[in-house]
Amino acid sequence: MAPAKPGDAAFANVDHVNAELFTLTYGAMVRQLLTDFEDVEEVNKQLDTMGYNIGIRLIDDFLSKANVTRCSEFRETADVIAKIGFKMFLGVTATVSNWNADFTECSLVLDDNPLVDFVELPETCQGLYYCNVLCGVIRGALEMVSMRTEVKWARDMLRGDDAYELRLKLIEHVAEEYPYKDDD
Amino acid sequence: MRCLYIFNRNGMCLHYHVWLRSLMTLSPQQDQKLMFGMLFSLNSFTAKIDPVSSGKENNPPCSFYSFRTNTYKLHFMETASGIKIILLTDPRIGDLREALMHIYSNIYVEYVVKNPLYSPGQPFRCELFNMALDHYVKTLQ
Repeated sequence: MAPAKPGDAAFANVDHVNAELFTLTYGAMVRQLLTDFEDVEEVNKQLDTMGYNIGIRLIDDFLSKANVTRCSEFRETADVIAKIGFKMFLGVTATVSNWNADFTECSLVLDDNPLVDFVELPETCQGLYYCNVLCGVIRGALEMVSMRTEVKWARDMLRGDDAYELRLKLIEHVAEEYPYKDDD
Repeated sequence: MRCLYIFNRNGMCLHYHVWLRSLMTLSPQQDQKLMFGMLFSLNSFTAKIDPVSSGKENNPPCSFYSFRTNTYKLHFMETASGIKIILLTDPRIGDLREALMHIYSNIYVEYVVKNPLYSPGQPFRCELFNMALDHYVKTLQ
């Protein structure tokens, strides 16, 4: 028997929903956003914000189930996101690659992307980052563990590229500060 | 069990629950502020005084998980997301690290974080959380 991957245990720990239902619900939501905002750029922004709001809650769910310890460096963080985070919430894993010289920037290449089944971008939505919600989720979750990051799509198969690649950039570690002033 | 505090990373007291506390010398605000301040200082103290792993960035800072006086015992847990859970109990009670983890994973996350009406970072009052917490705490005694 092959040794269990770290993400598998976490995946087994969480409730599952039908993948098609999930994909179609997400699709319906993006569709509604396009109708409501009529502007592709604005929809990208909305998806990112929604993702952020998901991420700041998701982190606690993740920490409580994934059984991981504090990461000592950003490389480890990226690995945990790719192997455990993606597995736990999307059922897929990602590959970490393309590190820059000082290990603050990397790419997450998704091995599979369940959000885009049945999706084709029409002519009018070519600027849309359909899965932009994922960027927000990662950004929000990392912010809750003291890392300010920037997450962008680098390659998107819906836009004609050959893979789904997220570019993850660490801006800074936010140090924990004493939140009260002395005089209040 | 005496009382329970939950703080977020910004020192906001998300929840304060009392079972038994006959003496309260400070106002709730002062009490919570003092508690958070003590934890903050004690945490940085434990990390700075650590004779084994200090100075190396690769090691996560060490932390304490309880202390005891002659009248009570304080149990403490902090998650990577900065949620701090503090439980005051009778001094004779044993190690509650697993119990605090249970409160975090199975009660706080399930009933508060996943509650769509809850806005993150705000204090909460949640009936289901209180019931689950009461129920669980009874099993500990």
